[in-house]
Amino acid sequence: MKEFKVTPIRNGTVIDHIDVGMALKVLRIIGVDASVNYTVSVLMHVPSKKGGWKDIVKIEDRELDPSELDKIALVSSNATINIIRDYNVAEKFVVEVPDRVKGIMKCSNPGCITSRNEPVEPEFIVESKKPIALKCVYCDRLTTNVAENLI
Amino acid sequence: MDVVSIRDFSIEQIEHILDVAEKMVPIARGDEKSDLLEGKMLGSLFYEPSTRTRLSFEAAMMRLGGKTLGFDEPKGSSVAKGETLADTIRMVDAYSDVIVLRHPQEGAARLAGHFAENPVVNAGDGAGQHPTQTLLDLFTIRKETKRIEGNHVVIVGDLKYGRTVHSLSEALSMFGAKLTFVAPPSLQMPKEHIRHIESRGIKPSISSSLEEVVKDADVLYVTRIQKERFPDAAEYQKVAGAYKVNMEMLKDVKKDMIIMHPLPRVTEVDPEVDGTEHAKYFEQAFNGVPVRMALLALVLGGVQ
Repeated sequence: MKEFKVTPIRNGTVIDHIDVGMALKVLRIIGVDASVNYTVSVLMHVPSKKGGWKDIVKIEDRELDPSELDKIALVSSNATINIIRDYNVAEKFVVEVPDRVKGIMKCSNPGCITSRNEPVEPEFIVESKKPIALKCVYCDRLTTNVAENLI
Repeated sequence: MDVVSIRDFSIEQIEHILDVAEKMVPIARGDEKSDLLEGKMLGSLFYEPSTRTRLSFEAAMMRLGGKTLGFDEPKGSSVAKGETLADTIRMVDAYSDVIVLRHPQEGAARLAGHFAENPVVNAGDGAGQHPTQTLLDLFTIRKETKRIEGNHVVIVGDLKYGRTVHSLSEALSMFGAKLTFVAPPSLQMPKEHIRHIESRGIKPSISSSLEEVVKDADVLYVTRIQKERFPDAAEYQKVAGAYKVNMEMLKDVKKDMIIMHPLPRVTEVDPEVDGTEHAKYFEQAFNGVPVRMALLALVLGGVQ
């Protein structure tokens, strides 16, 4: 019998092909923290069939909203989403970088007004999807490293 | 409408502002009187010191019959008590018809624009944008050389940190001026600005020698090299000396070449140059008034 480190889930969402080391950033982006009421399994540094290494996140009994999941592409552009129903993959899609990003990361410019105690959420226009480049709507500065600037 | 960044304007809009500014000159000089903005109030919020920009905005408003209120340093205001910019803006927005903002943080004017109902005019936000300076520079070039397109503009000084030269060079590239950037390698124009200029179809020349390129210039735009950018004084002296504009430097230049400087200057333009036909930096400083009059009149609906 095949041995599983983590068993398949019956219902829920599997985020596969996350860039290795990015699983925890992905959880942060989609807002998974201690307050959730479902089981979350995180696999880090597992061999990928496509070669190399990857991370995986499994969320049980919860089908996440695709528009919410697109934000994952900011830190892991090759991630795939599998919606699982009764152990089968019911839907599968690749995440896509959105056109505008709000509330999940701060501006990389320490001199930006949004770094101060102002009642605004940092907001960005996606200038380039590959490689990723986000322009702050306030100070115009380009941020290319999303993972380092997550809120 | 807000005036936050020169990038928000089309060439046609910029030309319209400059045309209106042209008509404002006699009023700016005090030769004609105007009540165009009578009953209007300018909220002038200067979180950082500025002499020229603040005074020329206030002069512009008052020459058109309007009034001003505000502060020229945050000390003693509610800002010092920790009030957010957003709250200060909402308050001043209620007391005035237009807000002029100078702030040390980049993006402050855009944020102010989100919270104010009335127009916000950016008077400089940190290392970011200073669109009214760019407009008055363009006005000066057009007025003195009768054109913008086709001019060879040589920009010399601190091109790395100088926000004035970033906005100006982007605007000049929109108009199709030929650009040469002169600076020591450590203070050259940042790559992202060069890319932005090239995206307009202009290929700027880069040089570290002013002497080599000044003979072919129609406009020589000089900016201050700040001492604090250099780790040691000897290095600063060497660089500052190499870009000093004096009579010796001007001996082979075009007869009608103009010299501009956003001021304040330190040693980069020798006072002996002030008396020549080339020197236009004091006219440039005056031009801040008609240009700001035009902007205030346009955003307040005094003119179309």
